[in-house]
Amino acid sequence: MSAAVSQSRQAFAVAALIAALAGTAGCGKGSGPAVASSDAASKVYVAPGKYDDFYAFLSGGFSGQVSVYGLPSGRLLRVIPVFSQDPEKGWGYSEQTKPMLNTSYGFIPWDDAHHPQLSQTDGVPDGRWLFINGNNTPRVARLDLAEMDTKEILEIPNGAGNHASPFVTQNTEYAVSATRFSVPTPQKDVPISTYKENFTGQLTFISVDKTTGRMSVAFQISMPGYDYDLSHAGKGPSHGWSFFTSYNTEQANTLLERNASQNDKDFVAAVHWQEAEKCVAAGKAKVQPAKYAHNWTDEAGIAHSEMLTSTKVLAVKDCPGLVYFLPTPKSPHGVDVDPTGEYIVAGGKLATVIPVHSFTKMLAAIQNQKFDGEREGIPILKYEEVIAGEVQNPGLGPLHTEFDGQGYAYTSMFISSEIVKWSLKDFKVVDRIPVYYSIGHLMIPGGDSRKPFGKYVIALNKITKDRYLPTGPELAQSAQLIDITGAKMQVLLDFPTIGEPHYAQALPAATIKDKQVRTYAIADNKDPNGVKSEKETKVRRDGKAVHIYMTAIRSHFVPDNVEGVQLGDTVYFHVTNLEQDWDVPHGFAVTGARNSELLVMPGQTRTVTWVPDRVGVFPFYCTDFCSALHQEMQGYIRVSPAGTKIQLTSNSPQ
Amino acid sequence: MTTSVEPTCCSCCVVKDEPVPAAVEQKAGTPRMSRMSRLVLAAASLALGLLFVLPLWHIGLKAPQYPEGLGLYIAINRIEGAAPQDLNSINGLNHYIGMKVISPDDIPELRYMPVLVMGLIAAGLGVAALGRRRLLYGWISLLAIGMVLGLADFYRWGYQYGHDLDPEAIIKIPGMSYQPPLLGGKALLNFYATSWPASGGWILIAVFVAVAAIAVREHRVASK
Repeated sequence: MSAAVSQSRQAFAVAALIAALAGTAGCGKGSGPAVASSDAASKVYVAPGKYDDFYAFLSGGFSGQVSVYGLPSGRLLRVIPVFSQDPEKGWGYSEQTKPMLNTSYGFIPWDDAHHPQLSQTDGVPDGRWLFINGNNTPRVARLDLAEMDTKEILEIPNGAGNHASPFVTQNTEYAVSATRFSVPTPQKDVPISTYKENFTGQLTFISVDKTTGRMSVAFQISMPGYDYDLSHAGKGPSHGWSFFTSYNTEQANTLLERNASQNDKDFVAAVHWQEAEKCVAAGKAKVQPAKYAHNWTDEAGIAHSEMLTSTKVLAVKDCPGLVYFLPTPKSPHGVDVDPTGEYIVAGGKLATVIPVHSFTKMLAAIQNQKFDGEREGIPILKYEEVIAGEVQNPGLGPLHTEFDGQGYAYTSMFISSEIVKWSLKDFKVVDRIPVYYSIGHLMIPGGDSRKPFGKYVIALNKITKDRYLPTGPELAQSAQLIDITGAKMQVLLDFPTIGEPHYAQALPAATIKDKQVRTYAIADNKDPNGVKSEKETKVRRDGKAVHIYMTAIRSHFVPDNVEGVQLGDTVYFHVTNLEQDWDVPHGFAVTGARNSELLVMPGQTRTVTWVPDRVGVFPFYCTDFCSALHQEMQGYIRVSPAGTKIQLTSNSPQ
Repeated sequence: MTTSVEPTCCSCCVVKDEPVPAAVEQKAGTPRMSRMSRLVLAAASLALGLLFVLPLWHIGLKAPQYPEGLGLYIAINRIEGAAPQDLNSINGLNHYIGMKVISPDDIPELRYMPVLVMGLIAAGLGVAALGRRRLLYGWISLLAIGMVLGLADFYRWGYQYGHDLDPEAIIKIPGMSYQPPLLGGKALLNFYATSWPASGGWILIAVFVAVAAIAVREHRVASK
């Protein structure tokens, strides 16, 4: 970012101005980095055994996962594995979960998870699902909030850098995806220098089934080859539209740092998806061959993967009235719609103001054809015809804005490392607070919905430098909890996060607390390799495959002695946890397993594959401290040379 | 009934009263119970029908690891967990101390008791219809005997489960048995066990008190 700053003399001028303002107004600043004031502790203190008020879901960034925190305490409650293998939980290692990480590129054990997004009904988080995008190998995942588990992952065809995603529409009709990196579509072997001729962007609308949540690619809109960065859907009066920011409207293919920072204004693309639905229904979209994976977990808790082969692509020229460009300064990142659905706020990374577009004015400008030319068939609306106002002197590097539902907006400032609060009435800054350091997104519980829950804003910081005890070259990213109930924002708490917290969502705990699943009913276990009692346990040879149908219950495995395995065999341990008690998972690990442990929830079956490479007797044991006799929860498997006469046997009751 | 100052220890009244009614009957020449007594008896008998739905007894178990507690409900026709998996969980825990698995199928009382209660209901309605005092005394005596025997039987099962332990049990503490309390609370290793009547039990007690009260009243009327 420092290079970006040196690009912009204007920005420096503003920086000087901000510094001057801070010098006069910032009384708390002179005494060094902000320390939470003395009553802050009581505002974040959640007594032992008491519950937090909010569940917060933070993206795990390059960890590929989602972390669940309690607010206001900042306590980490769980890390939900999504796009990355997690040996702790057997995610992506057990046979039941491996298909979840399948893609058209094969099995991909990692991704870069960016933007969690709660499902909404009538523009309000409804606590059913959480969506999150994988940026690198373009994917969108859906998590169930009663199980806090990933249920579905859909690869995005024709995608590259799925960044402006998943940002759902008001009733979760769609989650969206957009290419941050335009690419030849469909992919082909062309010189990179032919970017302008050959590269396109794609905006993808993923339909979400109202009851099951099941996702499918409804249609894709082929767009000029820019970088599509972030998005938010319209709400209330602007329901039916989605907004996407773009940068690199210069269409540079090298040194974007400089070459994509030349235009004074880039665009917010306003997409009338209800119009797209009509065009698709009228058969105006072209069915194109494509290859992308769709992975889901069935009722039995078993993942499946299918490869899909076509997608519907809608060209802008075939669907008039589908997309309009709102000129927006400069290289905008976030685009955020206020709770009333009227204001569309863009965060121009290199802009000196925060532009606020008006939805009403936009409709009027479209009606009256107040165009300023077009790009590849997309009308460019006149800036002055759509702008409601500009927030002057907001700071440096505005990125992302959320709303408190009380008439105020809060914008993160990456370069000047602060949060700026401004009024939606007159677009004037009313308060600012430094954050440590280099804030990316910020989040107010429900702050991108029609009814923000308010109370706090969380700064999601990229850099911590000296904020915690140092830990070698790699330091934590962090979140900062800031009280927004008073006239002045007040820092209450810093807490480190898992990976980089790009974005977050939060909702009142009461929405989902009481529907948390505690156990899976053993009587309903539908895993074909599951057993319902110790009597049903057995071992079976099928050529070179050995299947061990095993149970775990405090504090023993059945069977716990297995003999007759030969070198060259592949052993499948199918472990069913017979417990029906809350918070009693059992683990399973066997010496020399080249994958991971299993962590089996009560009533669940999980399978780990083991290929022994030497003769001997090897122990297996429970890895999750389950009871007073946990240390006794162990067994042995004997491996004999290939061709041994020893029959496959076990001490199952059968 | 309302101004009674006599002790209301009903079992004694019933026992004492046995020979009395015949004399009263002869003396008063009106062997019939009052209309209100007959209504109360009929209603009380019908109330016993609730015992098919509501549990008689609750055994609760609390431990540090079970902050929400585990529990068993005992009804005339079934034993079930307070939460769907509690019986399973209790059996799972009991295997450490070598207690036998609590399986409702092994308890024949759960098959007899519904028949006995049906009989009591039918008899109660019959007595209410006939309105004979002596039959009323008989019915309340049967109920009292049934309740005492039931409680004794409950104690016997508790004793048996609590003492008949696997000699190879995982946890063996010399002199320790795991009989739940008959009534009240008791510490059993890391668990604190409680034993109290449940909704059906309180209904049964209310039925007994109500019918005993009318029996006393009838007896008073008869002896005047």
